[in-house]
Amino acid sequence: MSPSTSDVVVTGLGATTPLGGDVASTWEALLAGRSGVSRITDEWVQEFPAQLVARLAADPAEQIDRVRARRLDRSQQVAVIAAEQAWAESGAADAGVAPERIAVVFGTGIGGALTLLGQDDVLEAKGPKRVSPFTIPMLMPNGPAAAVGLAIGAKGGVHAPVSACASGAEAIRWGLDLLRLDRADVVLVGGAEACVHPLPMAGFAAMRAMSTRNDEPERASRPFDKGRDGFVLGEGAAALVLERADSAAARGARVHARLAGAGATADGYDLVAPHPEGEGAGRAITAALRDADLSPSDVGHVNAHATSTPVGDTAEAAAIRSALGDHALVSATKSQTGHLLGAAGALESVFAILALREQIVPATANLDDPDDDANVQALDIVRQEPRRATLRAAVNDSFGFGGHNIALVFTTA
Amino acid sequence: MSSTQEIQSGLAEILEEVAGVTPADATPEKSFTDDLDVDSLSMVEIATAVEDKFGVAIPDDQLANIKTVGDAISFIEKNQG
Repeated sequence: MSPSTSDVVVTGLGATTPLGGDVASTWEALLAGRSGVSRITDEWVQEFPAQLVARLAADPAEQIDRVRARRLDRSQQVAVIAAEQAWAESGAADAGVAPERIAVVFGTGIGGALTLLGQDDVLEAKGPKRVSPFTIPMLMPNGPAAAVGLAIGAKGGVHAPVSACASGAEAIRWGLDLLRLDRADVVLVGGAEACVHPLPMAGFAAMRAMSTRNDEPERASRPFDKGRDGFVLGEGAAALVLERADSAAARGARVHARLAGAGATADGYDLVAPHPEGEGAGRAITAALRDADLSPSDVGHVNAHATSTPVGDTAEAAAIRSALGDHALVSATKSQTGHLLGAAGALESVFAILALREQIVPATANLDDPDDDANVQALDIVRQEPRRATLRAAVNDSFGFGGHNIALVFTTA
Repeated sequence: MSSTQEIQSGLAEILEEVAGVTPADATPEKSFTDDLDVDSLSMVEIATAVEDKFGVAIPDDQLANIKTVGDAISFIEKNQG
């Protein structure tokens, strides 16, 4: 396969997040240091140890037709919103690509939890005959991918990787592979999550994974900080349009960045705890660099997974340092967006791409007092305000419960 | 007991809520699938809403015979109360 046919570029971006209803407003809020985190005020939260959430900035009801929305789980609604933005921006719809050559890869960590739990309430209260006939298509974890596929008319395959908080990044990797293998000409990839509900909140809280800094919502998500005490659950979606560089150039598409490589590994260590030295995570970054034919010194920026959990951040710091050294500028954007689980890798890839395009690295909020851990201390984590830099390549890494590690390498267009 | 007119307007409300059908379009001769673009799962939702609103029971074998808005109105008229 010649390099020209395996070169893959990003030609469209979309997102709806706790910081904004689209990519531009999200990016602006990120650079301005705004937080998407707030305290839940619903009655049910009173007994909960962790009461914080990063809700969507824009209500999906304002972005999607009412009748269409009522047949889509919230995770599918946000997927469709982000995907349609990316699709429109790419101009691929007008490029005359055969539907059989358009594919979708869209991941989610949890799937249609709100539908599952909401319809269980209906079942308990009113019996089986009142359960919605849309229950199954709304709760299935391939639902966001399927809804996106229908929205853009993709007939070249619709896939739904499920790897917890690595799902969104894994979708991007699958998209890269599909294009390299010539299984499709255009692939819309991304991740979606919307599971703000008492049950997932209680489950994550029972794992002691969530921040309980309830009185300081905007300061609760503090990756790499000594005072971090867990993540903040977020909701939203992000989407990217991928295509081969030659066909993108032929149709005059705007190229945001190049997707140069990807690496995927598994920890093989524990179902939920990360390997303490980030062994599998580091191997994923190294594999992605090899795939991209780049050296550690080429990587100027890392958008870290950094969820603000005590064990996760130090393991990742070890992984970044072992794979790349200390020179790259690191950002932990979950400090402002919260943790979008299966959408996180897609959203943070969008941020990495924008950092490359705009040559600016977002700051990590709330990093007042970096952890004493030697690896955290050694990393150049951007804080206080965004930093201008000359960037050629950026890495986004994502990890999921189950020991899933995905690293993606983007380079400037 | 609802009058035919009340049934038609009540049904139109359900069709608007569930399937986004403009009330003026919900006239008796219209076919749910061919004219109003109502899919099979939405028909199940509409049937459930009709059962709740008009106090009728629609067995699955009868639902299959309800093809038009007029069929639904007749069914409700015969079975209500």
